[in-house]
Amino acid sequence: MEGKLNKSLELNEVNNNKKNFNPKNFFSTNVRAYAMIIGLILIWAMFAILTDGIFLSARNISNLTMQMAVVAILGAGMVLVIVTGHIDLSVGSLVGLIGGIAAALMVWKGWGTGLTIITVLLIGLAIGAIQGFITAYLNVPAFIVTLGGMMVLKGILLGITKGVTIAPMRESYKVFGQAYITNVTLFSFAGLVILSMFFLAYRKRKSGIKYNLKQEPSSYYVKPLVYSLLILGFVYIMVAYKGMPVPVFIMLILVIVLTFLADKTTFGRSVYAIGGNLQAAIFSGISVKKIVLIVFALNGLMAAIAGIILSARLNAGSPAAGTMMELDAIAAAVIGGTSLMGGKGKVYGAILGALIMASLDNGMSLLDMDAFWQYIVKGSILIFAVWFDIYSKKKA
Amino acid sequence: MGLYILELKNICKKFPGVKALDNINLRVKFGEIHALCGENGAGKSTLIKILSGVYPYGTYEGKIYLDGKEVQFRNIRDAENNGIVCIHQELALVGELTVQENIFLGNEPNIAGVIKEDEMYIKTKNLLNELGLDIDPRELVKNLGIGQQQLVEIAKALSKNAKILILDEPTSALTEKESNTLLNILCRLKAKGVTSIYISHKLDEVLSIADTVSAIRDGQYIGSKDINEITKSELIYMMVGRKLDKLYPRKKRERKDCSFEVKNLTVYDPEIQSRKVIDNISFRAYKGEILGIAGLMGAGRTEMVSAIFGVFPGKREGEFYIDEKKINIRQPIDAIQNGIALVPEDRKGTGLVLNMTVKENISMASLRNFFNFIIKEDEENSYTLRYVRDLNIKTSNIEEAVNNLSGGNQQKVVLGKWLLTKPKVLILDEPTRGIDIGAKFEIYELINQLVDEGVTVIIISSELEEVLGISDRVLVIYEGKLRADLPIQEATQEKIMYYATGGV
Ligand SMILES: Nc1ncnc2c1ncn2[C@@H]1O[C@H](COP(=O)(O)OP(=O)(O)OP(=O)(O)O)[C@@H](O)[C@H]1O
Ligand SMILES: [Mg+2]
Repeated sequence: MEGKLNKSLELNEVNNNKKNFNPKNFFSTNVRAYAMIIGLILIWAMFAILTDGIFLSARNISNLTMQMAVVAILGAGMVLVIVTGHIDLSVGSLVGLIGGIAAALMVWKGWGTGLTIITVLLIGLAIGAIQGFITAYLNVPAFIVTLGGMMVLKGILLGITKGVTIAPMRESYKVFGQAYITNVTLFSFAGLVILSMFFLAYRKRKSGIKYNLKQEPSSYYVKPLVYSLLILGFVYIMVAYKGMPVPVFIMLILVIVLTFLADKTTFGRSVYAIGGNLQAAIFSGISVKKIVLIVFALNGLMAAIAGIILSARLNAGSPAAGTMMELDAIAAAVIGGTSLMGGKGKVYGAILGALIMASLDNGMSLLDMDAFWQYIVKGSILIFAVWFDIYSKKKA
Repeated sequence: MGLYILELKNICKKFPGVKALDNINLRVKFGEIHALCGENGAGKSTLIKILSGVYPYGTYEGKIYLDGKEVQFRNIRDAENNGIVCIHQELALVGELTVQENIFLGNEPNIAGVIKEDEMYIKTKNLLNELGLDIDPRELVKNLGIGQQQLVEIAKALSKNAKILILDEPTSALTEKESNTLLNILCRLKAKGVTSIYISHKLDEVLSIADTVSAIRDGQYIGSKDINEITKSELIYMMVGRKLDKLYPRKKRERKDCSFEVKNLTVYDPEIQSRKVIDNISFRAYKGEILGIAGLMGAGRTEMVSAIFGVFPGKREGEFYIDEKKINIRQPIDAIQNGIALVPEDRKGTGLVLNMTVKENISMASLRNFFNFIIKEDEENSYTLRYVRDLNIKTSNIEEAVNNLSGGNQQKVVLGKWLLTKPKVLILDEPTRGIDIGAKFEIYELINQLVDEGVTVIIISSELEEVLGISDRVLVIYEGKLRADLPIQEATQEKIMYYATGGV
């Protein structure tokens, strides 16, 4: 017993050492996140200079965030899929299909907005669930299932729309793609987010001291403070134009919800365990098949939401909508730090990834560069980001 | 040339939050077998990772002298070119490749990039012969037992012309017979002038084959002794810094009701449907007793318990009863919810998610029991901390990735994970693998305490001494059949070996 006592004292001692903040460790462990932010700042600075500041105008930033919303939402769902060690290639087609169905229901059948939205959300959920079922329960590799799904869904879309664009959408539907959240709502939302960030930091500090948890490299309140300033700045810019685009609002809500799911629930924990070591997850009594199915269903739901936003923005269901978006979603997730090996990745990373890509798209269009450049640059950035991740890990 | 082939001076190594090595000085003589002993987390693996170039020059402090000259390794290749080859605690063979492909991985004999298969075959054959091994060079590594894989690693090391061979717990997963083969090979290599550095928690092994033994404790060098000048208890004292007068705490106790019963369990090979891996085994386990399961490697012990737990891929027949009530186990969650816990033998493969934290691993099997969807962090933290304390898991904090823990401490995390499920029936498959001798004692005490609280404990161990040391009753399995059911008073090493090798 005496030995035991000594040992736990030792544990405390070790922990005390830990409190000495060592900048070297701090940077080596967070290299990825900081590199991305620095990269983003560089990209912004470059475009700001090249476009004589137009890039950073309130109007353009509003547009930029609007452009990124759809990909960020898809990327956020994709993170969970990739973390389980799977992939979903069908989301682009699903986005298109959802827009097509919504348009067909409203324009041809005269359905109301509410009913249409509920219907297409359920369709997205069901399509995701079916693909998840085939992957998890019938053991067909997700790559194949969703590659097939991509073609099938594309086919269905062409069948439904007969290859023509269906328009226009109802006014109340267009809100989801074109409206802005204005002052009161926006401020209360921002206030809520800031308050809860400080609350969480406070709780973390309390339990961090109580349970000797991993110490934050800086004071607990530095991070929320920095984020609050960013949020306030962002809100300020949004207000300076028309307010926050509804798609951006929806994106933020979804990312908060998914982050919560991933980090604070048994479901999220299971997702990471499955991707980290499938066998260990099975031995731990995790219902692997069920969880994988749910992840795919969730991803289908996210794609449906993205589909609604996109078709509302375009004010049409178009047979070409969503094409190749699955690749943007995967790239956003991967640039955001998700490992294709599974087990590792953060939902909010997808936002950062999507923001980087949208910035490139937006900046290059402002500069009137040809579309082919956008592909080349975005592809290269993707490869570079992953190489950098591997390289920095080796160094650490 | 001096007396020493290798000298380490003032080696220090820090990780975030831990000083893993604190001013280590170590000298290794030409051609000796040098054993390195120390508790879990003492820094043994870290030290040899420095020696073998895993942690390159510049990531540690201090100096390494090889043949009297200072060396600075930038990577593993550098160390190997200097004749230092290491076989790490975690095996590093590629299962899908053949033995010869593994041995020559990265050094394939070739002409302009085209591999010379025949030469590779012959060289491998010669190497294996030299070691007295009867393994087909063209066999896939995944088809070999873990013991043979270990030997293939040695062959691989020799193919690189090792002058100094370093082995980190090579026998922890081996049977006694396999261990003996390996130890014999080490002695033969010694006769050829190869120096070995050898880490093991099996002190009898150390005492029987080492020439010199050094101990480190909490990252500090304690001392080196000629093997003839030291007894086992002195060695233990050097390692743990206190006396251990007995290795197995045995308690007198009464067995109570039957709490777990297996009836007519038959399990079939997943690949060859007609082959029975377990053939009609029935047994009862009681509250307040420790039931030991003995048998040779491959007798079917692990298959049996994984079938009970619902994780064996083959077809299964048979019935299970908890407290005389029949239960259905189709998958692990059924077992867990009926109060059965299985500490699996392969911590890396089935026990842990290495890139997740200590906390996340410990709570992983209890997610459903404790949390209703939302994880309450306070509860999770305090549960985890309790087991970290009870089991003396050495970690800087509970949010450390398990990957960063020493081998023995990882094993303790697996134990903690399953203890947290508050099992009624605790099945332990090689629970003390890689755990140091002092910690073993503490774990046995913990098991005793659980038994007193009414938990039924079933323990599989390849160390006969351990089975005899802590069980109250021993089942012996031979080729999937139950051969004997011996109360501990009647169980002897000879008797168990007799049944375990097929005697009736
Ligand atoms: N990559 C790492 N990051 C952080 N800490 C580490 C890392 N590797 C090892 N440590 C710590 O260094 C200490 C020494 O670990 P090491 O693996 O050398 O122990 P060991 O003597 O080999 O123990 P065992 O007998 O359990 O294998 C431990 O406290 C461990 O937690
Ligand atoms: Mg070790």
